[in-house]
Amino acid sequence: MASITIRGVKKNYAKTQVVHGVDLDFASGEFVVILGPSGCGKSTLLRMIAGLEEISEGTIAIDNTVVNKLEPRERGCAMVFQNYALYPHMSVAQNIGYSLKVAGVAAAERTQRIQAVARVLELEHLLDRKPMALSGGQRQRVAMGRAMIREPKVFLFDEPLSNLDAKLRVQMRSEIRKLHRRLSATSVFVTHDQVEAMTLADRLVVMNGGRVEQVGTPAEVYSRPASRFVATFVGAPAMNMLEGTVTLDGLSLLGDSRKLNVSRTGLPVGSKIAVGIRPEAVRMVAPGTPGALAATVDLIEELGAGRVIYVDLDGAPFSVVTSEIVHPEPGSTVGLQFAESDLHFFSSESGARLDVFKASVPEPAPAIL
Amino acid sequence: MVERTPILNFFTHLILFVGFVFCVAPFVIVAIAASHNLKDVNDVPMSMLPGSDFWINIKTAWTTADLGPKLLNSFIMAFGVAAGKVIVSALTAFSIVYFRYPGRMLIFWLIFITLMLPLEVRIVPTYAVVANVLEPYQTIMDLTGLSWLIEKISGVQVSLSLGLLNSYSGLILPLVATATGTFLYRQFFLTVPDELTEAARMDGAGALRFFVDILLPLSRNNMAALGTIMFLWAWNQYLWPLLITTDQSHAMAVTELKQLIPNVGGAPEWHIAMAGTLIVMLPPLIVVVLMQRWFVRGLIATEK
Repeated sequence: MASITIRGVKKNYAKTQVVHGVDLDFASGEFVVILGPSGCGKSTLLRMIAGLEEISEGTIAIDNTVVNKLEPRERGCAMVFQNYALYPHMSVAQNIGYSLKVAGVAAAERTQRIQAVARVLELEHLLDRKPMALSGGQRQRVAMGRAMIREPKVFLFDEPLSNLDAKLRVQMRSEIRKLHRRLSATSVFVTHDQVEAMTLADRLVVMNGGRVEQVGTPAEVYSRPASRFVATFVGAPAMNMLEGTVTLDGLSLLGDSRKLNVSRTGLPVGSKIAVGIRPEAVRMVAPGTPGALAATVDLIEELGAGRVIYVDLDGAPFSVVTSEIVHPEPGSTVGLQFAESDLHFFSSESGARLDVFKASVPEPAPAIL
Repeated sequence: MVERTPILNFFTHLILFVGFVFCVAPFVIVAIAASHNLKDVNDVPMSMLPGSDFWINIKTAWTTADLGPKLLNSFIMAFGVAAGKVIVSALTAFSIVYFRYPGRMLIFWLIFITLMLPLEVRIVPTYAVVANVLEPYQTIMDLTGLSWLIEKISGVQVSLSLGLLNSYSGLILPLVATATGTFLYRQFFLTVPDELTEAARMDGAGALRFFVDILLPLSRNNMAALGTIMFLWAWNQYLWPLLITTDQSHAMAVTELKQLIPNVGGAPEWHIAMAGTLIVMLPPLIVVVLMQRWFVRGLIATEK
């Protein structure tokens, strides 16, 4: 178990900078997920922790020891790769035990530890096979076994589930979680899949364009996204965003075509803002209900447990998730209602969250005019 | 796309068969000639039915040209060249592909240039070097005045000399120093996924450990292919062994075949010459047959 401290870490490739100064603290035993779109620098950050990538600027410390100049093997990290990276010419047992062999552990002890790891991962009957003769899920397990056997201080996962099919992914997800509970080693898991991120993480780090956008528990990130990027990236379907302008008595949305009465925003009149509302927080009501926004139904996606209704709000796309069994005809008009407390406000320029209602009492009543 | 129609099948097989006959016919003629006696082999046209003197001819060829030790010499040389190539090329390719150091590209191109300078082109300087390996150093010392200095100070005249003529190292080393193998390995190493290298680093394996434990086992097909090609190539060398082995005890089988070829005015013993050819042909043939499976895989497949 070890804590990880990242201070002002930057990464340059030749002239382009891909990580622009990251500060993070991972507590000992924590399961941290770094979430972000491809190319956001999350894998680079992970590889810098592992020691596979040089740190251009800043420091990374594991257990308060700066590891910038240490070789991967000296850092006490183990890594699970996206493509498993099993040695194709070695059997499962040899793959798992290779790090011990390199470290000069005696054959007898090695066999014993391989057996122990294989038992945990249910690989005992496969120990003599070559990776070629394994299924995707089994390969994944071998890759995890290879990381586990060293009893590392830190586990690093580089999108390890992205090559598995959907069902196996769910299964491996819970296995990783169980494994973490059992070993309680500090784990850093990189993914672009938000479901994976939400379900696995003790703490979530959302990255975009080489910067950290938000750090928090999955619930925090979901309910109080720190930026417009986080708001639209976390949650499926994505949060609805409407452009608006602050007026004397509230907001005008969608180029003055709609008005939204909200309590004091504290923002200067005329400032441009983005208003976000989760599809799950929108209620669909009969058209013409007082206080409801009228919208035209475009498309319905049936999910079984619920359905996503895509509507058109004066030209702006908008989605609603409902568990009610409703099947509005495409082209028909519906009413939309939501509470003021469910609205998120972001600066139009910087995309940063504007906590306009921090001081105000939440309004229970629907706020739509 | 693979098309399968009876007519196409017939034609493809016909083409294959014609090619096969073209390739095999000379060998068949050699084998038949080797089985005739002196009179039959000189008949015009030579009878295409095998004669009865095959083993006698083989025995005569063996003793006349003293092929036993020659074959051993050839084998040592060919094996040495093949092994040397396999090892040296693997190491150079490993260095070029996996390490970043100043002058890497320069070294790469220097190796590349040797492809354009086969032994036959640089045979005179190479001979000079083999005659005295330390000659270049002597020259450098003479030119810089270093040997003069040493002579003045210690009174000892510097004269470096290490000759490799008539030795196995002299036969083998110049043939090892070419680039073909390096490129074969380089191409293969470039296909090895980076993640494998990184996994090995995470597992704590250093560069040499990674090379021995991961890279070499993965490249055994390449090694087999390169080894086979180099064995054949070295076995068939003629000019170089002829040039540097003045001593009969280091003569090669291929060069010694000349002894069996009838001299002008001598008896036209072509049956013996052909029998000797068959003997000398046999070892490379065995190597190819044994290594064929690996050899083909190493050249065509990118097995993962």
